[in-house]
Amino acid sequence: MSAHRSGPLSDDPDRREFCKRTAAAGSGLVLALTLPAFAGRSSRAASGVQAGGGRARDSQLNAWLKIGSDNSVTVLVDRSEMGQGVYTALPMLLAEELEIDLARIKVVAAPVGDAYVNALNGGQITGTSNSIPDAWDKLRTAGAQARIMLIAAAARAWRVDPGECYAKNGVVANARGKTLTYGELAAAAAGMPVPKEIKLKPKADFRLIGTSQARLDTPGKVDGSAEFGLDVKLPGMLYAALAQSPVLGGKVAAVDSAAAQSMPGVRRVLTTSSGVVVVADHFWQALQARNALQITWDPGANVRLDNAAIQAVLRKAAAAVPGLVARKDGDVAAALKGAQRTLDAVYELPLLAHATMEPMNCTADVKAGHCDLYVGTQVQQIAQATAATAAGLQPNQVNVMTTLIGGGFGRRLDVDFIPAAVEASKAVGAPVKLIWTREDDMTHDTYRPPIREDVSAGIDGGGKLSAWNMHITSPSITARFDPTNKDPFDSVVEYAQKYPYAVPNFALSFSRQEIGIDVGYLRSVSHAPNCFVIESFMDEVAAALSKSPLDFRLELLAAKPRLARVLKLAAERAGWGHAPKGRHQGLALMEGYDTHMAQVAEISAAGGELKVHKITCAVDCGQMVNPRIVESQIESGIVFGLSAALWGEVTIAGGRVQQANFNSYRLLRGNEMPELDVHLLPSDEPPGGIGEAAVPLVAPAICNAIFAATGRRLRSLPISAHLLA
Amino acid sequence: MTTITVNNQTLQVDASPDTPLLWVLRDHLGLTGTKYGCGVALCGACTVHVDGVAMRSCILPLRAIESKKITTIEGLSQGRSHPVQRAWIELDVPQCGYCQSGQIMSAAALLRSNTAPTEAEIDSAMAGNICRCGTYARIRKAIHRAAELLLAGTQS
Repeated sequence: MSAHRSGPLSDDPDRREFCKRTAAAGSGLVLALTLPAFAGRSSRAASGVQAGGGRARDSQLNAWLKIGSDNSVTVLVDRSEMGQGVYTALPMLLAEELEIDLARIKVVAAPVGDAYVNALNGGQITGTSNSIPDAWDKLRTAGAQARIMLIAAAARAWRVDPGECYAKNGVVANARGKTLTYGELAAAAAGMPVPKEIKLKPKADFRLIGTSQARLDTPGKVDGSAEFGLDVKLPGMLYAALAQSPVLGGKVAAVDSAAAQSMPGVRRVLTTSSGVVVVADHFWQALQARNALQITWDPGANVRLDNAAIQAVLRKAAAAVPGLVARKDGDVAAALKGAQRTLDAVYELPLLAHATMEPMNCTADVKAGHCDLYVGTQVQQIAQATAATAAGLQPNQVNVMTTLIGGGFGRRLDVDFIPAAVEASKAVGAPVKLIWTREDDMTHDTYRPPIREDVSAGIDGGGKLSAWNMHITSPSITARFDPTNKDPFDSVVEYAQKYPYAVPNFALSFSRQEIGIDVGYLRSVSHAPNCFVIESFMDEVAAALSKSPLDFRLELLAAKPRLARVLKLAAERAGWGHAPKGRHQGLALMEGYDTHMAQVAEISAAGGELKVHKITCAVDCGQMVNPRIVESQIESGIVFGLSAALWGEVTIAGGRVQQANFNSYRLLRGNEMPELDVHLLPSDEPPGGIGEAAVPLVAPAICNAIFAATGRRLRSLPISAHLLA
Repeated sequence: MTTITVNNQTLQVDASPDTPLLWVLRDHLGLTGTKYGCGVALCGACTVHVDGVAMRSCILPLRAIESKKITTIEGLSQGRSHPVQRAWIELDVPQCGYCQSGQIMSAAALLRSNTAPTEAEIDSAMAGNICRCGTYARIRKAIHRAAELLLAGTQS
């Protein structure tokens, strides 16, 4: 039960030397690596680089791989593990080419470094469901390069041609029966030239990729040893609680901390850029003292903000703010004018909270000229820069130790929970762990924006869908991260741009309307709202044409064979059109994150009481690295989608968020689970993303089933806000 | 100083008597496997066993647990050998993993009193544990699997 572990680690000259010269091929990038040395302390987030026991010497073969003289294999994973399985799937890519047992690999979080940039996201960012697509060639290439360097080292030791040697199961062997382990070769291999021309294994030779391997992070997650941000322990660490303005955007006007200062364990009360922080010996003491603070808040501009005001401002903007054109095919205006029949509808989506199980937290240790930051973040570089600003340091003076993340869902793409911890640590001269309570977390989220979508369809004289016009009005997520952004390709319109159905005249436009509070990326960012609208309104058009929702879609998917295939499969497996008595079906599909998916929801709504009995899901996500993780991500996405569809809504009154805990922000529980029937299709296509793909289809599939059951078309969420009787 | 028994160790804790057991475990004893999720017994992430019964440590003040035996996830077994932990590993239940200590403690308490729970009994015992990643389908399978392992263990 000791409160700390090992002492400081020494710098690693092998890594520094390597980092100067190595380059990564595969993704076409030549990467000049700048890895700050781990000046880490006791927390496991940093100390995992130590090989177990003895004086083993680690050699770094490339940015992602270290092999110890004791044969230990450490993979530095540069995406954040938040449940989606990157601590297993990414090492699998490398291990496939390295010819090593997956179970031998120890995973540590990569530090901040240029090598660790996600090329698809333009930063060291875990998001957009593209960890596998980004790493697919990159880490296989890294594994192959290391293997070739190990073989070269063995060949030199044996004075034979490398062509006579081969690598298998962590050993290099030659035809004469000689063997050397990777551990014996690692130091010499690290000095070998990095091979440029790499021929990756063909799919037929894969022994790991495409197989369901046990997750490497499971053991630590069943015995309590897995270290999340909340669990970081440092010698002399203090704890902090934060008081933030109850009205979003408000500021501290005055603080009376006399009572708080005199409470047991309290070390310091300070006003930070985020609010008033109480630092104490233990968190419970900090929290009690925080609750005893007498703070006068300047509530700012949001004091009259509520849901009706938000809805009104979006309604007004939908008409008044000229839309930026995000996609235009043909002539929608003319097609709608010439249509035999038109349909118009307005869909409205609520603010949503991320509600990660692990509330926001950050541990900072600021010293002269240096800061160690232990944080569950999806954006290591931004976290580093944010901490540097708060500490008055340069970014390269901040070491970011990424912990396991107790739920990300996009919340940890934001860094608003970092500065107060850094400012507090600097003020008290000790490591400080700052923890948000559940209530802090729920009432100060960066919410999924409320979105209004005005949509029109035209049906021509032949009974064909001839025009689709979509106008999205919302605060901008992109602009908050990049205030100079003016393009229409905002994160709230992205999926609508990929509208999958064949229609000759299509238009999509976006009116940006801010509402005065911070909005952020939530799992399935634009896909969830846009898929809800597209798939719901497609059903409206099908109903207007008296066509089956299935047949109507299939007619318009001639150019989308992968979508048509998953749609047919989901319908077949769900017994489409043959629901048991009293039950009704609805379907939805989506092509997003390069993944093709269809879902069928089976519900009953007798007496106005909705019950979701079953979700059938068919998926083609290209080649799968670990099908078991793919399946778990689909299950996860469906549950996330169910919570949002059924109950998800953040409401605001007087500028304050009215939901504070799980009693007022309802999440699906185990006893409310429908049956899930997931079908994974084999594919030779490049891998798509799977972390977000299943979420968006749930709400439209259920709402389409509700229409089938009741004739009621729900054009807003959550479903619980509607009376179905 | 309050004397408490955690994972078969008797310990002295210097914390005010109103401190919730959750924070005593985490901040005073370094037992961080027990998680903070809501602070008001709504999510189950802080579930521990008190005299063998699953309870939410976030609302249990230190003064209420003197003379009681506390078991946390760290003390559930040696080497992850509890049938629930074995089943969890076999089925790869956790995703982010944050709620799983609480899920496992609730499941272990269920199986302690009921070695072959029905679906309805699982629903009832596990409804207090939220998983935002949505591992519920696997949790259900893993509880059934743990019951099998338990039965096999008692028969062998």
